[in-house]
Amino acid sequence: MDSTNAGLDVSSSHLNGELPTRTAAAVAAGNLAAKLSKATGRAGGIIGGRVTLALDPHALARLCKDRTVALVTGTNGKTTTTMMLAKAMSVIAPVATNHSGANMPDGLVAALSTDQTAPVGVLEIDENYLPKISDAVQPAVIVLLNLSRDQMDRVGEVRHTERNLRTAIARLRNTTVIANCDDVLVTSAAIDADTTIWVSAGGNWRGDSTSCPRCGMRVHGGATDWYCDCGFARPTPTWSVADGKMTSPTGESFELALRLPGSANEADATLALAASSHLGVPLRPALERIRTITGVGGRYTTLTRNERVVRLLLAKNPAGWAETLPLLAKSPDHPVIIAINGREADGRDKSWLWDVPFERLQGRTVIATGERSADLAVRLTYADVKHTHVPDPYQAIDSVAPGAVELVANYTAFRDLKTGLSNGS
Amino acid sequence: MVRDSVVRIGLVLPDVLGTYGDSGNATVLRKRLEWRGYRSEIVDLAVGETVPNSLDFYLLGGGEDRAQTLAVAHLTANPGMQEAASRGAVVLAICAGLQILGHDFTGTDGVTHRGLSLLDVRTTAGTWSRAVGELLTTPDPALLQASMTGFENHQGHTQVGPQARPLSKVVYGTGNGDGGDGAYAGRVVGTYMHGPVLARNPAFADLLLSWAVGEPLAPLDIPVIEKLRDERKRAVQALATRRKRLLRF
Ligand SMILES: [Zn+2]
Repeated sequence: MDSTNAGLDVSSSHLNGELPTRTAAAVAAGNLAAKLSKATGRAGGIIGGRVTLALDPHALARLCKDRTVALVTGTNGKTTTTMMLAKAMSVIAPVATNHSGANMPDGLVAALSTDQTAPVGVLEIDENYLPKISDAVQPAVIVLLNLSRDQMDRVGEVRHTERNLRTAIARLRNTTVIANCDDVLVTSAAIDADTTIWVSAGGNWRGDSTSCPRCGMRVHGGATDWYCDCGFARPTPTWSVADGKMTSPTGESFELALRLPGSANEADATLALAASSHLGVPLRPALERIRTITGVGGRYTTLTRNERVVRLLLAKNPAGWAETLPLLAKSPDHPVIIAINGREADGRDKSWLWDVPFERLQGRTVIATGERSADLAVRLTYADVKHTHVPDPYQAIDSVAPGAVELVANYTAFRDLKTGLSNGS
Repeated sequence: MVRDSVVRIGLVLPDVLGTYGDSGNATVLRKRLEWRGYRSEIVDLAVGETVPNSLDFYLLGGGEDRAQTLAVAHLTANPGMQEAASRGAVVLAICAGLQILGHDFTGTDGVTHRGLSLLDVRTTAGTWSRAVGELLTTPDPALLQASMTGFENHQGHTQVGPQARPLSKVVYGTGNGDGGDGAYAGRVVGTYMHGPVLARNPAFADLLLSWAVGEPLAPLDIPVIEKLRDERKRAVQALATRRKRLLRF
């Protein structure tokens, strides 16, 4: 294991004028398209990225050349960790980042095009795009958070994803993978990397990794001591986090004291700190920057509608719910509204609802809402959770008593409600 | 069966089979028994442990190729489920579970693996692109009147031999790939529907439960399940309309 810092030459802002002519022209065209698109009221970034990529398919590689690039991927927590790592890196250099969740090639190109002089790129990547993008970018660091089932009908089996990541990571040279060794699938994907830094970041969800990704047999033990009879076993971490306290390889220990709630955010912060530390950022100032984050893409923030103070939470798969249920348990008196949609971006298959232990919501006021709320209502019925079924989410909010309310939504339901409630719907 | 005995439901190899929320089928069975005053127990039958032949109900879920071959090896060495089936225990197998109950199955790697030969079916890799989406069928009228609804995600082409019958006729979706979905023989039943299938199809759940308890069961009135079934049928109708097809169900 190599835990020396990779270091970073912050004086090298060099990109402008050094891009090949074709890339420079493509970036200029993309930025123009983004500007025009924004002027007409659309989200400009991705459109700009698409234009750039169409004119120069190698734009991504060229935009990353000579930059120090960190890629962040995994099933849950990508946006949060990317934002944290970008904040931490900003201690020593300007950072180009795509923290809006635009995590496919066009979104990356857009982020890098608008910020061409920043010597650091911190980029969130959809896990299924990682092989293609890491080949092009040759990143200094990949942060691998967790792997679990998400939208299976759309992107295929998580184990298939793991094998693709494993192959892509194994062929990279000079890349350090910062990986959560409490996650069996992450470990399998990262273990053949050139250099690995293992982080014990925990995880409440084991449903997708009870069988070994290497031999198919049952994995024994818990998050911090798992092993398989074939010899595949949890590596020893140099970083760890437990009960809100992070420990670094030198034995330094800090209370994370984040303003974002829950253990998932503590895990993400520790992985971000391990990455920034490897890239040369001192630990304390990095953590100070991370602590300034109060919301991620509208998550955890509260919005008010008709005297209901709504806290918006995103949970789009069983692993997300494994983190969300303990969070809800901290406010047992608040009603819980659950919004489930089933559009393309959410996945049409709602069978994962049966892998969430909704039984833990028994005794609370629960409202099922969203376009696929009938699926949820049936699940809650079999979980013996008394609930009302109000398909329209705004009516669902109005149906509870004024005061605090927890609203947990999956992807498009969350996105629409965030916008709707912010605009006074 | 008398009511003070316990209906024992085995979840077969949930640690390797059972993606797609398939354990939800066990939840549905237990609750539908409980609401009618029957006691039940769910037994996890993990890899490496012997499989008892004393249970009333065995559930097998989906899983990928490697999980399937592992499951066949384990269940061949520990044939408790097959012994129970031969004396009339109920077996419900979903997707990959259906495939391993057959004589053989060919995985996406092109390799043919032996199955358990508990159902007269064989599965090859379908030549079509992966079947992913809503599946709507009309079950064999000898079993059920209500249509069946579920979600499929597989690439198997399953042929049903003379010792078994297709469970249902496909109205929309792929199923076995030849117009039918699943298969049954006696009380051994397989389908490509997850969703989970028993949550979406209460009449099917009650049919299997009546086999397990040995008497007909009083109906349960749960309106939201009918709402869900109507909604899924309408969704399928809308998909078919887009392809200019009129569905009858
Ligand atoms: Zn193993």
